[in-house]
Order: sequence, then structure tokens, then C-alpha cells
Amino acid sequence: MEKISLLGQLTQYFFTGVTVGSIYALVAVGFNIIYNVTEIINFAQGEFVMLGGLVMVFLAAAANLPLPLAFVLTVAAVTGVGALMERFTINPLKNATVLTMIIVTIAVSIVLKGIAMFVWGKDPYIIPPFSGSKPIFILGAAIQTQTLWVLLITAVVVVLLSLFFKKTRYGKAMLACADDPEAARLVGIRVNSMILISFALSAAIGAVAGAIITPISLMEYDRGALLALKGFGAAVMGGLGSFYGAVVAGIFLGIIESFCAGFISSGYKDAVALLILLLVLYVRPSGLFGNVEASKIKEF
Amino acid sequence: MQKSNLKILLALIIFLALFPLVVLNVGAVGHYLDVMIFVGIYSLINMGLSLLMGYAGQISLGHAAFFGLGAYTSGILCTKLSLSPWLAMVAGVFLTALIAYIVGVPSLKLKGHYLAMATLGFGVIVYIFFNEEVALTGGPSGFSDIPGLTIFGLDLDNELYYYILVWSLVLIIMIFSLNVINSRIGRALRSLHDSEVAADAMGVETSRFKIMIFVLSAAYASLAGSLYTHYVGFLSPSSFDLFLSIKLVMMVVVGGMHNIWGALLGTWLLTFLGNEWLHVFRDFDILVYGAVLLAIVMFLPEGLVDLSPKMRRLWKRS
Repeated sequence: MEKISLLGQLTQYFFTGVTVGSIYALVAVGFNIIYNVTEIINFAQGEFVMLGGLVMVFLAAAANLPLPLAFVLTVAAVTGVGALMERFTINPLKNATVLTMIIVTIAVSIVLKGIAMFVWGKDPYIIPPFSGSKPIFILGAAIQTQTLWVLLITAVVVVLLSLFFKKTRYGKAMLACADDPEAARLVGIRVNSMILISFALSAAIGAVAGAIITPISLMEYDRGALLALKGFGAAVMGGLGSFYGAVVAGIFLGIIESFCAGFISSGYKDAVALLILLLVLYVRPSGLFGNVEASKIKEF
Repeated sequence: MQKSNLKILLALIIFLALFPLVVLNVGAVGHYLDVMIFVGIYSLINMGLSLLMGYAGQISLGHAAFFGLGAYTSGILCTKLSLSPWLAMVAGVFLTALIAYIVGVPSLKLKGHYLAMATLGFGVIVYIFFNEEVALTGGPSGFSDIPGLTIFGLDLDNELYYYILVWSLVLIIMIFSLNVINSRIGRALRSLHDSEVAADAMGVETSRFKIMIFVLSAAYASLAGSLYTHYVGFLSPSSFDLFLSIKLVMMVVVGGMHNIWGALLGTWLLTFLGNEWLHVFRDFDILVYGAVLLAIVMFLPEGLVDLSPKMRRLWKRS
């Protein structure tokens, strides 16, 4: 077999990194949406991605629905799960401590994982790529077409979200809750509904991430925790609460991880991402792009 | 020691003494002694977690790592260097305490979610280390032939003896922990749990106490790890994964994290559930665990130790 040139290798790692990184970015954005409205870190965020992947497998491969329809239904179903989670576990616990909130979202993540294992078993599943499995060659590297789908859909999600928060009434209301829930209530915003929407929305984003990555990296029931950890790493690195920070940091994390897997050790690639998370937490918990002043007010 | 604690302690000792007598004479539940040894081992970890969570108000989602560090230090020193198991155990405790200190100092500056994620990240890194350092740890398949414990020439490779050893240690650690709780440190910790700012303003050295408890709880976990190693005789990384860390927190919360006795109760209940009573569900124990935890946090946030006082309150009201 012909040896791949160094340039080809670099390109290959780069694209792999950007692809996984996009998923981390989407997970991080999911964290941010809930955090902005509620100051809760949802430990079940990774489970939304896992569910997105597995529901997509069920609808696209087992039920044989056309891809776009399966995609829409997947997102809708997981959005429902997010909304249910908020209604039945977050909403009843008014004024709970941070510790309780952490444990509740962990409990939900275990339940979701258990349900997934009950339904799909322990094996990983795959679905065919959205548009053919013939790779494109760029600078000597073979790039799967699914990679382009991942990048495209991530970009669309990010643009739509920023439009949502800047232009729509709901988006602005959610930002207001993030700023000061009491004041938001006083000007007539239903904080309760905003929290519900934030969970639904971030479940939807998790589902999108799961559905688009499954053709590349497969999906199984216990993938959620590590995805959540790395997504959280990206969210912190980007400055908790900041969308663009999360996207940049997520992709950055993905690229570092991919290069580390390629050149140093594939076994330690997860450790590297986590080590970066720890370093950022220790040295600069406000994030690389975050605002130190603003972060001082928040509860770390 | 407070009178109420003394009463519970005495009741526990009587229960522990009767347990083997009953269990060993009823054939069908003979293996409960084995399960009870694991309850003891996990209780050691969870007493520390209870101090950390319930009394100091800090969370750790990485205690499986400290448990694993103790286990691997014992295992490696005993098999590769043929060190005495007891020395290896002490070495494990010191090494783990040192690592906990190094990790704890920067981590405990973080609060709430950040601390949870930092400890979670640490736990996963240690787990990856166990998997990848094949020359040292045997990698994913682990290593076996770890010698058992002997004391004054007496071979402890016997369920009853090991049961006595483990539970004696649990009792000693419990008495020690109760003393910690009722000491100046304990009072400082409680003030920390209520409001760290207020405690700080009153001159309580919050960060020092937090780190002390964190290191102490890691040392407990390491001791438990060594006991686990010599009992099972075999080590692999899967016994120290992320889910164990979460399960440990779960045991503490289910029992009632604001009461160190709750840690024992929760450990006992969830270990028996997991090892024995959930076998009907086989692989689906995760689902049941999650449901139990969710139900407790939602409806009995103070844990099972609050069950009987709560019932009494309800009774009085009606």
C-alpha cells in the first residue's frame, strides 16, 4: 500500500479532529443553554447525544424511514425526553442545593442509560452515511462525506441558535432569565417556561449531535458520560455560558485529541482531553475566552 | 461520644456478631457473608465520602480512583516486589493520600459543578492509566495471583476471618470518624457546609479543613482498595470505573448524606441490591439503581435515615 504523505496525514487528523470537535462543541452549547437559564450543569447532556444516535439507528435502519424524516423524528423524540426530564425532575425541586441538583441530573443520566441498555442492549450500532460512503480526497487525505454533513449541520445549528437568541422573543426572554431571573419575572417573563424550553432545546441539540456522528463513530448505550465530560471541558474552556467560546473550544479540543491519537498514543487520547479540562479548571476557570469579571459573580 | 451514637454502635456490633451465626447456619443464604465483606469494604470508602459530602458539603465523583490506587499499590507491591501485604497497605494509604493532596489543593478551590467535573475527570484519567500502563498494571485484562492476608501466622483466607477483619476496621474507622465529626474540625466542617462565606468570615480556615477531609476520605478509600485486592486476589480496571464512583455517591445519598450512619445503611442496601437481589434483572441493574436514586432525591432528600422520623412526623400530623 502506498504510504500516506505527512501532509495527507496531517489533513486527515485535522478533519477527524474537527468532526469530533463539532460534536463536543454541540454538547458544550447544550450545557450552556441550560446553564444560562438555570445555573444548572446537566450531567445528562451526554445521554441526549447517545439517545439521538440510538433513536436515529432505530428509525433509519430498523424502521427504514427515509433519512430526513428519521432525523426530524429523532430530534423531536429526544426533545420530548428533555422536556419530560425538566417537568418531572428539575421543576419539582425548587430551591434545591447545587449538590442535590448535581445528583438529580446524574440520576436521570443513569436512568436514561439504563433505558437505552434495556432497549438496545450493549452492542454499538451504526447507520449508513447520509450521502454515500465514497470518500473525497483532499491533500492526500480521504475525507468521508459524512464529515462534511457534520460540519454543515453544526454550522447551521450554531447560526440558527444565535439568531434565536438575538432576534426572537423567546430567545431574548431566555437571555433575560440568565441575567437575572427575578427581574425577568418582574417584567412578565415566565421563567418556568423558559427553563422548560432550555431543557428541550439542549436535548434537541444533543440529539442532532448524536444523529450526525453515529455514521462515523457508531453509538452505544454508555457513550454519554465521556461525551458529557469532554463537552463540559469545551464549555469551560470557552467560558461557561459563551456560545462562540464553546464552539471554538470544542473544535480545538477535538483537533488536539485527534493529533494526540495520531502521533502519541490512541489509548491516552481521552486522558489528554480530560487533562486539558483539569488544567483549565485549575488555572483559569473563567475559560480561555471567558470574562474573568463576569465569572467571579457566578457560583463555581 | 454522644449517647445516640453509642447506642447505634452497640446495636451494630450485636448485629455484626449475630450475622455470621445466623447466615452460616442457614444454607440458602450462606454466601451472604461474602456479600457482607463487600458491604464492609465499600462502607470504608463511603464513611469518608459521607464526611466529605454530608459534613464538608463537597462532592467527589472520583473516589473509585482512590479505591483503585490503594488496590493497585497493594497488588503491585505484593506481587512484583513481594512486599508484606500490611506494609503495602500502609504504602498505598500514604501514596493515595499524597495524590489526593496534590489533586485536592487545586480542585477544592472549585465549587459545585466545577468540583464535580474536576473529580470526575480525575477519576477517568486514573482509570485510563490503569488500562494503558500494561507493564505495570496488566492493562485491561489486569493481573491475578495476589496473595491473601495473614496475621501472626493465621491465614485470613477464610470468609469468616476476613469478615471479622473488615468489619473491625469499619468499626475503628467509624469511631474515629465520629470523633472527627464531634471535634473542632467537625464543627468547622458543619459551618462550612451551611455557608462557606460565613465560616470564612468567622476565621474558620475553610480551605485547609476541606483538603484535610478530602485527603482523609481518599485514605479510607485506599485502605478499602487494599482489603479488596487481598480478598478478591485479582485486579482489573473495570472494578474502578466511572460507574463505581457514581455508585459510591449513590450509596451515600440513598442512606442519607448528612448522617454518617446513613453511609453504612446505603452501602448495605445497594450492595445487597446489586450483588444479590437484583440478579433477576441481570444487566438492567443500572436502570433500577437510577430509579432508586432518583426516587430518593426527589421524595426523601435526607436519605433513608430520615425515613422513620419522617413517618413519625406524618403520623403525628394525621
